Amino acid sequence: MPEMPEHHDEGSAIASTGAGGATDLAMSEAETLEKVPGGPDGTGPDKKARSLWSDAWHDLRRNPVFIISGLIILFLVVIAIWPQLIASGNPLDCDLSKAQEGSQPGHPFGFNGQGCDVYTRTVYGARASIQVGVLATLGVTLLGSVLGGLAGFYGGAWDGFLSRITDIFFAIPVVLGGLVLLSVVSNNSVWPVIGFMVLLGWPQISRIARGSVITAKQNDYVQAARALGASNSRMLLRHITPNAVAPVIVVATIALGTYISLEATLSFLGVGLKPPTVSWGIDISSASQYIRNAPHMLLWPAGALAVTVLAFIMLGDAVRDALDPKLR
Amino acid sequence: MAETAGTTRAAGTGEAILEVRDLHKHYPLTRGILFKKQVGAVKAVDGVDFDLVAGETLGIVGESGCGKSTVAKMLVNLERPTSGTIRYKGEDITKLSPRALKAVRRNIQMVFQDPYTSLNPRMTVGDIIGEPYEIHPEVAPKGDRRRKVQDLLDVVGLNPEYINRYPHQFSGGQRQRIGIARGLALQPEVIVADEPVSALDVSVQAQVVNLLEQLQSEFSLSYVFIAHDLSIVRHISDRVGVMYLGRIVEIGTDAQIYDHPTHPYTQALLSAVPVPDPEARAHRERIILTGDVPSPANIPSGCRFRTRCWKARERCAQEVPLLAVPAVFRLTDSPARHDSACHFAEEKHVVAEEHRAVLEKRGEDGAGTPPEDGAPHLEEKPGTPPPGGSHFLRPEDDTPGTNPPPPGTP
Amino acid sequence: MLLEVRDLHVEFHTRDGVAKAVNGVDYSVDAGETLAVLGESGSGKSVTAQAVMGILDVPPGKITRGEILFQGQDLLKLKEDERRKVRGARMAMVFQDALSSLNPVLSVGDQLGEMFQVHRGMSRKDSRAKAVELMDRVRIPAAKERVGQYPHQFSGGMRQRIMIAMALALEPELIIADEPTTALDVTVQAQVMDLLAELRRELNMGLILITHDLGVVADVADKIAVMYAGRIVEQAPVHEIYKAPAHPYTKGLLESIPRLDQKGQDLYAIKGLPPNLLHIPPGCAFNPRCPMAQDVCRTDEPPLYEVTESPVPRASACHFWKECLHG
Repeated sequence: MPEMPEHHDEGSAIASTGAGGATDLAMSEAETLEKVPGGPDGTGPDKKARSLWSDAWHDLRRNPVFIISGLIILFLVVIAIWPQLIASGNPLDCDLSKAQEGSQPGHPFGFNGQGCDVYTRTVYGARASIQVGVLATLGVTLLGSVLGGLAGFYGGAWDGFLSRITDIFFAIPVVLGGLVLLSVVSNNSVWPVIGFMVLLGWPQISRIARGSVITAKQNDYVQAARALGASNSRMLLRHITPNAVAPVIVVATIALGTYISLEATLSFLGVGLKPPTVSWGIDISSASQYIRNAPHMLLWPAGALAVTVLAFIMLGDAVRDALDPKLR
Repeated sequence: MAETAGTTRAAGTGEAILEVRDLHKHYPLTRGILFKKQVGAVKAVDGVDFDLVAGETLGIVGESGCGKSTVAKMLVNLERPTSGTIRYKGEDITKLSPRALKAVRRNIQMVFQDPYTSLNPRMTVGDIIGEPYEIHPEVAPKGDRRRKVQDLLDVVGLNPEYINRYPHQFSGGQRQRIGIARGLALQPEVIVADEPVSALDVSVQAQVVNLLEQLQSEFSLSYVFIAHDLSIVRHISDRVGVMYLGRIVEIGTDAQIYDHPTHPYTQALLSAVPVPDPEARAHRERIILTGDVPSPANIPSGCRFRTRCWKARERCAQEVPLLAVPAVFRLTDSPARHDSACHFAEEKHVVAEEHRAVLEKRGEDGAGTPPEDGAPHLEEKPGTPPPGGSHFLRPEDDTPGTNPPPPGTP
Repeated sequence: MLLEVRDLHVEFHTRDGVAKAVNGVDYSVDAGETLAVLGESGSGKSVTAQAVMGILDVPPGKITRGEILFQGQDLLKLKEDERRKVRGARMAMVFQDALSSLNPVLSVGDQLGEMFQVHRGMSRKDSRAKAVELMDRVRIPAAKERVGQYPHQFSGGMRQRIMIAMALALEPELIIADEPTTALDVTVQAQVMDLLAELRRELNMGLILITHDLGVVADVADKIAVMYAGRIVEQAPVHEIYKAPAHPYTKGLLESIPRLDQKGQDLYAIKGLPPNLLHIPPGCAFNPRCPMAQDVCRTDEPPLYEVTESPVPRASACHFWKECLHG
């Protein structure tokens, strides 16, 4: 390679671009042309090429928010699979004579309206609630972002068609739709509920995904990739998706909580999960009538729900930030 | 028209590497949601012809909306022309299969205007510059790519250690260098630069212009350099084309266009450029055009400039002037003998004299480099009407379309 | 003196630290005079103007020191409602982006007329007539017919004229124009600059023109203040500075303009990058990029020296202004 001309030393200093100031990596002397080993920020001259995802992972492992939310979620998943690990009782083992009683030895959370142990029910309820919340969110996000993303990317007739379909789905009232659709299924498992949520939930994500794909698509770097001869799939996967994913993650993590409480509403109306299935939603809705006399019945399952939703929102925030190099 | 276009070539250079003929890009205007009906068209590019000779720089200037960026996009196949041909080494690239197109794309690359949006913020510099190799794996074997990327960073004047950094950690000028490195990765022959320095700070623009010039001689590149900054275009270009409302109205060597413009639009454009010399303002006469550029959806009949032209007559409304050497100059030997799409083309020294005086003076005071003695392209050749006492255009006060020259405020 | 800015300091508190946007700026404008403030992005030229107008975002911005004397009265000591009376009526601002500065859902006539309704208590009908008059004044053709149109129906140049009309509405004594023609094409730029210069003469206003374009400055300014890293590095009447700059930064900017005799050669380029405002280099802020820098430049911040050899008042913040002036 030819020798670098003298005045190219602009290259030796990296500086942020204005008062709004991003990360400052400016070296003290703009004219030092020497190729300093290692950046001024202390990162050594690693020979390994880094990518967005490896950098993001590198970042996440050091992020306390990610670690805390990850541990909470891990714990929730473990008790959802093996509730007996921390609860020895049977959630369906109830004694009406103890109905609404408060905390007592061996029953730290007290009893609910049917005289069942609140602690045991809260632990066992995790399974159905987390199943519904996580799977519905996953389904909605996948379906919504694929359909919306493609509509945004290709535009034209497919976009027009999909937008009208989205409008139609938006017009369906969720509770009414649930009453109609779920009352015809007799299957007593979480699957019909999840299926129903995905069916009615995807347009919300689809709309957001479409919008952010259209925004990302207009950037010059997508044009630059096209001018290089990049295929559509490369443009979508490498250039558009990483730049369009943030709003989808935010909405999806918030939606997770909504799905867990929607399950409760549906169960309360008798079309969601049915006993003997145990879920936070069922317990919250049945306890809400006794909130004045026995608030503990509501407090524990609602608290568990709140912690779960918070953990997922924190996780989503951490992942979103890790995927944005500007915030590093 | 196609035959005469591009007859003024940079002296002593060889073959045309790009031949653009009768290029059109019309965007349909539609009405209705369900049943779309075309009600008109935005004629962004409306019949453009030029040649790009190997190794030269062709500057294209014009105001916003004149279609210069659309031409750039068609050259690199980001837009498909409505009609017309773009021949790269004789082969029409507007009608290629996707496969053949991919091969051609290697040879014609683009540098974008905005260094803030043209780099993917979520890719490292190494990934951005290395992406061309992933798309065209035949150019560089996998193990070799990292070294190639570092070499490219070195070539554009950036520290090769920065390979794992992200674009936001760089300043505008440095980002533009990254964009240039990406454009160079596939060793193209033609680079289309669309306003490559206009988003940069004044003190950084010169650095990037110099880099582009060095790369041109180092890698024998041909440039299509699109900009609205006339002085930078003059500095870097061998030939210059002036666009107005979707067409080239005048094209020639830089000296022909800047010192001997014959099209009234070019004359107005040049006279409107502020001269960085306060002494000039007292005796500088400018042609201030009235009104705005007409909408490209509704182009005037005949000559498209006639609505703002102080020379416009009956003929201009009826007859479209062709881009050719005007009859008056056809037999002369003067620098005014170049393509100009005006029925009433004539030479008017707009900036040449006083600008030269200024520049020469600064040349003496400033950098200490003496100016070329009597810059040869400014010499009057026999056959040109001898310039009178004043070289400047004096628009008659009653001519429609011009304002009287502003009183000088020394 | 119409406006006098004295020792103005402005800071921005950002996530990454304190950005010193303006570090001791002094300038003044007289009635009927045009001061051009020249600088690159981040030089503090717009922040200074925002501080003068009183439209600085506080926080994150903060005026830490200085005085802004408008006809002898320190604006920084006024209460907010008194300040508001000055703004718009006695000093007005023209922005770069006319489209985003106009409200898209109100007709231009309503927006122009609003000034008269609010500040002068005129009726809707009278203010409409005033709006037409203003549009005539900034030479918008067919003002009577177009007064009811919306901003998007005007071209860029016409919108900038409307902005100017708005600034002129209450006949202020001072106009601050922040890059008024940067977004416009050259032929339109010429029209708008001419209009501004003419109105300034006609109304005997002070004009502060903020720009990065050396050509525009040469065309209209009476005096120039060149800003770098939040300081004025050189101040002089326009004719002097172009003839012989007394600061290496000004000199570098002038030399980087492409010249005819440089064709085929490298352009002169100021090396390096504008400084990061979070970490302004010690000594002279320009020293890392300066071809003339000596040891003293890296340690001692140069004061604004009076250029004693000049017959007219001018100043340079360079230890070696003499060498620069003659070199």
